[in-house]
Amino acid sequence: MVNLKVKIGKMELKNPVMVASGTFGEEYGELIDINSLGAYVAKTITLEPRVGNPAPRIAETASGMLNSIGLENKGFEYFAKEKAPFLKKIRTAVVVSIAGDNASEFKELASRVSRLGYVDAIEVNLSCPNVKHGTRHGLIAQDEIATKDVIKAVKKASSVPVIAKLTPNVTDITKIALAAEDAGSDALLLVNTFFGMAVDIDTGKPRLGNITGGLSGPAIKPMVIKMVWETYKKVRIPVIGCGGIMDHKDAIEFMLCGARAIQVGTANFIYPEAALDIIDGIKRYMSEKKISDVRKLTGAIKL
Amino acid sequence: MKNEKAKIISNKQIAPDFFKMTVASAYLAKTSKPGQFLEVRCSRELDPLLRRPLGIHRILKNGIEMLYEVVGKGTKILSQKRPDETVEILGPLGNGFILNPNRDAILIAGGIGVAPLLALAEKITDSAERTADRKKLTVIIGARSKSHINCESDFNKTGCKTIVCTDDGSKGKKGLVTDVLKGLFPRTQDLGSSTLIYACGPNPMLKAIWAMALEKEIPCQFSFESHMACGVGVCLGCPVKVRKGLIDFEYKMVCKDGPIFNAGEILW
Repeated sequence: MVNLKVKIGKMELKNPVMVASGTFGEEYGELIDINSLGAYVAKTITLEPRVGNPAPRIAETASGMLNSIGLENKGFEYFAKEKAPFLKKIRTAVVVSIAGDNASEFKELASRVSRLGYVDAIEVNLSCPNVKHGTRHGLIAQDEIATKDVIKAVKKASSVPVIAKLTPNVTDITKIALAAEDAGSDALLLVNTFFGMAVDIDTGKPRLGNITGGLSGPAIKPMVIKMVWETYKKVRIPVIGCGGIMDHKDAIEFMLCGARAIQVGTANFIYPEAALDIIDGIKRYMSEKKISDVRKLTGAIKL
Repeated sequence: MKNEKAKIISNKQIAPDFFKMTVASAYLAKTSKPGQFLEVRCSRELDPLLRRPLGIHRILKNGIEMLYEVVGKGTKILSQKRPDETVEILGPLGNGFILNPNRDAILIAGGIGVAPLLALAEKITDSAERTADRKKLTVIIGARSKSHINCESDFNKTGCKTIVCTDDGSKGKKGLVTDVLKGLFPRTQDLGSSTLIYACGPNPMLKAIWAMALEKEIPCQFSFESHMACGVGVCLGCPVKVRKGLIDFEYKMVCKDGPIFNAGEILW
């Protein structure tokens, strides 16, 4: 028997394989056993409904996909009412991703979400425009002060562990990671999508309705692994890795470089059983390598 | 829905860039409805990455047929698959066409738009055979030129009236499907309560059909296409703008709320 349990703050996961926000939903319950996941992460919600970006929202690129969904969601009230029956039934950790325009919006949402009673952790989507600090072009997670403000506010309002989801679109992600840790974040999630763009040369038009979007998928994996590694060396809180994980080998690579848990995102779209295959693959790898505890993989890279 | 590993029975080129693939799957044969679609994994490599959404062309006794156009890397790989290989298919997905046996039906296909309409024509004629009062079924197929006209004989076999038109006049009437449609509209008859239009094709074609249908108050069910990632309503990647109240709009998803939409819903 191998131990697959890991802890993220005070949240216990039965295994280190989570699904990424916005890439998984109850629809997949028809195909796989959701309770076998390490954690179910719900799509980002905001206080008020958001209509989302114009079509097209998806463009495939070499070993990756660009998206510009625009945080489409029906708002907290709808979420609390409509998703409760499903989320309450889940017999694994439930994480809810939240976003807002400023620290007070994040705080209000965190307080409401943690009062729902069935949520095990709050994931803070910091890839939102940094409205408050003036630079409307930047994201919260591109600014140490804004990151600190938001995480502090969320921590104050939340009774469950807080996970800061960082953007890779920065010069030095460890600075933002340290800011989030200083503000009291219980864990760091690396990373959201990379800024990207693609053009249809026949029509001369951008391939996304929003012109630019975020790149995910195997194309970004090596860049994220490097960020996980650099961050792991500098922080004391757990790092969760997310970026282009398609199979258990990718997941283990992330863990060897410092990830305590991982999230599967784009792979769900291609084969919804990806996360469960990854759990099985990690178990097989551990038996083959005679590793009894999955926690021993974290940071075990041989230099 | 299931993620089926289905065996390929045949995969043939039927026109320049058009292929027809038949796969064995008792499950898909039993559960699929005309208008629904499938997410097909073209390759197990990382590039191309996403599945390709393909319409259900025909529902057979023990399998289904897909008609697809080779437009990029994914469909190119799909076109090279041989019989006896397996292909991973997620489906059936989305909602099918809604049939109304009390109305005459006009089916309008533009280019690859014939794909979901053959299954519909077969379903309509199948169920009509069992009702005494058989309604008229007319199919209009439009394309750029003769070589892009597909499935005319398949539609003819269902016993419907098939009218072909091409942009360049190389086959059938020269002109657009809307020109043909105009010719079908008698001046006096109350078409709004007796006829139903089903269409699949490029958006400008659908928009033009709707403009004409609206005048005659004919309800339309259109099948929409979109780039997609998940195909099941998870990623919200395939929006279509629909009316919300009198002045507002919202997005619905082609994969989950569609791919069949009532034309009146759409904010054109």
